[in-house]
Amino acid sequence: MGRVLAVIIWIITLLSVLLFVSGKWWFPAAISEHAPALDRQFLITILIVGISFTAAQVGLGWMIWKYRDTGKRDDRAVYSHGSNRLEVVWTIITAVVFISLGVMGQSVWASLRLHDAPPGSYTVEAVAQQFQWNFHYPGKDNKFGRTDPKLIDDSALNFVGLDSSDPAAADDAVTSALAIPVNRPVELRLRSKDVIHNFWVPQLRFKQDLVPGMEIKVHFTANRVGKYELACAELCGQLHFKMKSYMLVLPEDEIQTLQGLGQEQFQAKIAEYLAKYPLPNY
Amino acid sequence: MSVEHHEGVHRHPAPTSFIRKYIFSVDHKVIGIQYILLALVAVLVGMAMSLLMRLNLSWPTTHWPILATLFPTGAPNGVMTPEFYLSLVTMHGTIMVFFVLTTAPQGGFGNYFLPIQIGAEDMAFPVLNMLSFWVTLVGFIVILLAIFVEGNQSIGQWFSALGPSFTGGSGTVGPIGGWTGYAPLSAVGKIAGPGQGAGMNLWVISIAIFCIGSLLGALNFITTLLNMRTKGMSLMRMPLTCWAWFTTAVLALLSFPVLLGGGILLLLDRIAGTSFFIPSGLYISGILSGSNPNFPLHTGGSPILWQHLFWFFGHPEVYIAILPGMGATSHILATFARKPVFGYRAMVFAIFAIGLLGFFVWGHHMFISGMSPYSAIAFSILTLSIGVPSAVKTFNWLGTLWGARIRFTTAMLFALGFVSLFVAGGITGLILGQSSLDLAMHDTYIVTAHFHLVMGVASIFGMFAAIYFWLPKMFGRFMNEPLGKLHFWFTFVGVYTIFVPMHIMGIVGMPRRYASFGEYEFLKTLHPLVLLVSVAAVITITAQLIFYFNLIWSIFKGKKAGDNPWEATTLEWTTATPPPHDNFAGVLPTVYHGPYEFAVPGAPRDFVMQTDVGADIPGGDGHNGHKH
Repeated sequence: MGRVLAVIIWIITLLSVLLFVSGKWWFPAAISEHAPALDRQFLITILIVGISFTAAQVGLGWMIWKYRDTGKRDDRAVYSHGSNRLEVVWTIITAVVFISLGVMGQSVWASLRLHDAPPGSYTVEAVAQQFQWNFHYPGKDNKFGRTDPKLIDDSALNFVGLDSSDPAAADDAVTSALAIPVNRPVELRLRSKDVIHNFWVPQLRFKQDLVPGMEIKVHFTANRVGKYELACAELCGQLHFKMKSYMLVLPEDEIQTLQGLGQEQFQAKIAEYLAKYPLPNY
Repeated sequence: MSVEHHEGVHRHPAPTSFIRKYIFSVDHKVIGIQYILLALVAVLVGMAMSLLMRLNLSWPTTHWPILATLFPTGAPNGVMTPEFYLSLVTMHGTIMVFFVLTTAPQGGFGNYFLPIQIGAEDMAFPVLNMLSFWVTLVGFIVILLAIFVEGNQSIGQWFSALGPSFTGGSGTVGPIGGWTGYAPLSAVGKIAGPGQGAGMNLWVISIAIFCIGSLLGALNFITTLLNMRTKGMSLMRMPLTCWAWFTTAVLALLSFPVLLGGGILLLLDRIAGTSFFIPSGLYISGILSGSNPNFPLHTGGSPILWQHLFWFFGHPEVYIAILPGMGATSHILATFARKPVFGYRAMVFAIFAIGLLGFFVWGHHMFISGMSPYSAIAFSILTLSIGVPSAVKTFNWLGTLWGARIRFTTAMLFALGFVSLFVAGGITGLILGQSSLDLAMHDTYIVTAHFHLVMGVASIFGMFAAIYFWLPKMFGRFMNEPLGKLHFWFTFVGVYTIFVPMHIMGIVGMPRRYASFGEYEFLKTLHPLVLLVSVAAVITITAQLIFYFNLIWSIFKGKKAGDNPWEATTLEWTTATPPPHDNFAGVLPTVYHGPYEFAVPGAPRDFVMQTDVGADIPGGDGHNGHKH
């Protein structure tokens, strides 16, 4: 019985490790500037995790294999209550490894979250609502028109409550897809109209909740042109799984083309770009 | 004023009527069994729900005629609606976390064995103990009603006297919110869509009731352990199970009141128009807050406050679920390794360290919630440091096996399985605890995999080990060993097959709580893994029928057990099988030794019971390290 269990533990360990190193399933290729550092930290961490997991399981299997009861009358186990020296050694080693990992694990976080977006960032306001994304662009004047919840009217397609009497709103546009420039810092100002949603583009390697009553600013730089799926990653109700849109990372000239357009032309152009760019191959 | 000491002040006469003996019993042993029965029923409901979820995820368009019959509102035409799926997610989580993982390990086995293991006749407050179970049972009934109150016309009217928000029968499904019930989705009521009506009220009320039941239990455990240990039972001679139950009780005492408070505020937001968690200016389903009687004016609330209150409870809750399993595993490993627990003292400190640190890490559930990025750094590093006492426990379990003479009973197999699964599930905390990595990992299937392995499956393995180990004492009969081993093999291989692939899904980016993955191209490559997980889940869940059959059959027809069938050392094995009403037939035992004196050189047998007089034990007494 013991030997069977030991072998099964070893087989499970081997298959688990193989599943991770097979390379068949992994992160989608990253498209943001901070992603390589995050991927590297993930790799270091999963190596430590994998080694610890394998060592513990192989060790457990070894104990089970080796120290089974022989059934002999006077064959007793080793009488030991432990070893203070060992306790100190493994406490210190794990503390050093785990806490160093924890400290290292703050650097990407700090670079993204402890600083404001660099000046001149391309700024878009994201306003989520149940099962729909709205992205509000300031237009040529680079100023967001005034918005007010009292002006929101979904049936009139004023999803973000834009005040049309504000001159700054005249050149604003609102679309369900996010269009951002490549290789330029982007600042998203995240808001929600109703419940909590979460902005999740796997290739960007970050998530952020959109919390009603708050405006949360995040920034990043995308470095590969293309079209990417945007998902909601915080349970927001019945059709949570369908709260999908796209993020377009566009060359600077296409972003400039969008800048001068009014709402309808803006939307038409976005539709054109959505058709132009294929999704990455998965 | 003088204090008089009475011999056996807590003694109450053995009841004679059936109702006082088995239903409204104040005997901790009966109450323990009642808690275990509750968990056995609740876990069936929770498992059936996971089965349904897996059916939906792998065969989303297949028509299952039986589903149409069983769930006319949830699966018309035999295909589940997304809201039905989300309702299953919510109720599976709630039922499993509260009514399974918090009842059987603590209220069940803790209730039955803590008083016996410390040499007490009963709990300190037997009536409170009875109340704690019955309050918990009411909570369970309310959560079941929450499932049906919207879907069933007649149940829908039961609570309508409490107000319009309690009127169900709208023909939709149970509550939707996940087991975390994030506001404002959970706070604004019917306007936010299906699953936010009367069922959600009952969900909140059920959890509040559960909190009260758990508090009563926790008070009892702490008082009993501190005041009612028998002569010679010093703290450092207690079995590790008792340390685990005690620490769990302290965690419950400090964390459940916070959830209770949060739950009351959430309920007030839902039914009294308050705004604790609802900010101003919400616009939901085409209606602005305050512009319509269906959506009254709300202002000034904070959605993140709910998360802080919930997780201040929710993270200690993880340890409430797993600590008793750790205790049982240490206890059973030593017994069947025929060896003292390696590093008993370190094990006690580790339990305490886990319990203490467990209160300072709740923010790791909220890295991306919008809370301060600086506090995220503190929470992250504290979270990684909680891995240290967890690793210390693992090292000591391996140390206990080193040089052992292992007897492979089913209980031992499950205890060894616990160690394996605890490592597999716990170690990925190193990934999820880092704020940077959580940017990618948050709310994906790697989180699902992590907590299912460590707080779900490992805890359940602890409980399986406990039931195979202690059933002979509780009912005087062994579980059937061949069936038990069959159950173990299916379950052990099964849970790994279910949960290891989920880590991969998380790395690819698959979000949790999705009724279907068909919308997203980047998830399409995962389809074979989704199918594998579902098939494994169907097999593993079916295999649990072996356990249920074995349990029921063994209680009535199993092989008879003596007083100490496992040649174990602690006090529960010194008394009759099953124990008499007052546990020790009027004579409380006196303790002379530490709890795990196996393989003592020179002793006549390979184990020295805690009550054995005169045995000379070098370095015994539960002390760490050799004495030369």
